[in-house]
Amino acid sequence: MIPERHLNIAVLMLFFAVPAWALIMDEPFTITLATRAAILALAATGLNIALGLGGLVSLGHAIFFGIGGYAMGVLAFHAQTYTPMQLGGFEIAGTKSMPVIWLVALVASGIAAVLVGLLSLRTSGVYFIMITLAFGQMFYYFAISWRAYGGEDGLSIYVRNDFPGLNTLDPIQFFGLCATLLCLALLVFWRLARSPFGLALGAARQVPQRVETVGLDPVRLKLVAFVLSGMMTGLAGALFADLNRFVSPTMFSWQFSGELIVLVILGGVGRLMGPLIGAGLFVTLEHVLGDITDFWHVILGAILLVIVLFARGGVVGLFCGKARPDA
Amino acid sequence: MSLLEIRDLTASYGVTQALHGVDLSIDAGEIVALMGRNGMGKTTTVKAICRIIASEGTLRLGGTDLHRLPSHRAARLGIGLVPEGRRCFRDLTVSENLVATARPGEWTQARVEELLPKLGQRRDQRAASLSGGEQQMLAIGRALMTNPRLLILDEATEGLAPLVRQEIWQAIAELGHSSGMAILVIDKALREMARIASRAVILERGRSVWSGRMDALDEETARRLIGV
Repeated sequence: MIPERHLNIAVLMLFFAVPAWALIMDEPFTITLATRAAILALAATGLNIALGLGGLVSLGHAIFFGIGGYAMGVLAFHAQTYTPMQLGGFEIAGTKSMPVIWLVALVASGIAAVLVGLLSLRTSGVYFIMITLAFGQMFYYFAISWRAYGGEDGLSIYVRNDFPGLNTLDPIQFFGLCATLLCLALLVFWRLARSPFGLALGAARQVPQRVETVGLDPVRLKLVAFVLSGMMTGLAGALFADLNRFVSPTMFSWQFSGELIVLVILGGVGRLMGPLIGAGLFVTLEHVLGDITDFWHVILGAILLVIVLFARGGVVGLFCGKARPDA
Repeated sequence: MSLLEIRDLTASYGVTQALHGVDLSIDAGEIVALMGRNGMGKTTTVKAICRIIASEGTLRLGGTDLHRLPSHRAARLGIGLVPEGRRCFRDLTVSENLVATARPGEWTQARVEELLPKLGQRRDQRAASLSGGEQQMLAIGRALMTNPRLLILDEATEGLAPLVRQEIWQAIAELGHSSGMAILVIDKALREMARIASRAVILERGRSVWSGRMDALDEETARRLIGV
């Protein structure tokens, strides 16, 4: 077993080394793959707050990813067509500014997470999974019927949005942007896990009634975690839409929620680098195996089966053992 | 006015009535023993005070009606519970158990470790790997970190070695002398109770049947109502 800190440093070094190597070798597609991994890792880090720290198995996190995506899509669409949005009698101009889009994505996904969380956190276990799934389907079918923004066909954005001082169309610069946001998210997760809030959340995950007797409200703890988690995943959705310059209802699909859970389980639930390792593996397998066969998901499924059966701590658990060995 | 005021408290588990009328009051700075044989309603009374189960009657802490509050709000009002069976957060370390529940006040981690030095020595150890006595001390420390006005210890020394029991009783006695906290101790150890508590309330079949100063509790009453 190796110390988790060493593995974390190695993973981060590899994460930055791959696009650096691709830049030198003039392989922009590899940089784009690394960017995709970074964005998926950001979304999965969001889920890791709810799932890893709070024990909330959400099959509805695609809601927040989709909201982030559509925040980008709608704002950029109005900016590129020079048509203002009509909102309750007000006219609001679109924007191509990434920081503004991110802010809108964070706020919108945060509000959605409050609403979904308030209703779904009244339940637990399989009922929580089912309610989050139901909410996800509601958003999915709403996006399909939202003709103003492409309906089932989705919405194409022709030019990537702007970030002050950067050429976002340059793959390495856009990677840098996404990687920076991922590192910030990892820092938030790391601080959160060690904060009194994170510890209380961990305690609420183990025995909700026991935290009540020490004056903590387990539902409120989980709601705060769920909202933070949703906001982070929403931000990832905005970046993902910018990466592909396309948004569609599939961003809301329950399959995507499932994929996010797979990423976290592959890497290690509740482990700092679990989502990044999971996303890296997922993108690599998707690219390498996808070239060999269209049925690459079967192989991914087999790998997941092995992980769940023989390495419950995911890849991090395989190398570093349990998250909290007995001292 | 007493800090904790209970009058004619009743509570049920479904159709089975467990408390038929409990009267109990504790003043700030007082240690009161709640005694009785097994199954007489001691833990149910504690659960009612902590709002873990529903109850009826008068139940006030510092003048506030606890019946109107959910469990976590009652705890925030100043009730620190050391539950039966050393229920720590097993996956958290000793230090994390203390920090996770901390609320501002005079009880800090340093002060808890001063009262219970073993916790300082085991600071980075997972709660699950502690001995029974250490887990019990951690449960006490965790309750103190919430800076309660009323500390409730439910069978705090059950199943522990005599030396560890002594250590815990010593700590509770120190607490009683050094802080203005009201302490409700549920235990059957009559000798230890006589040493640390000023008053006792004895329950039988869900009713308080004896109440008075510890030194007024004679052997015959103790044998009949507590079984010791």
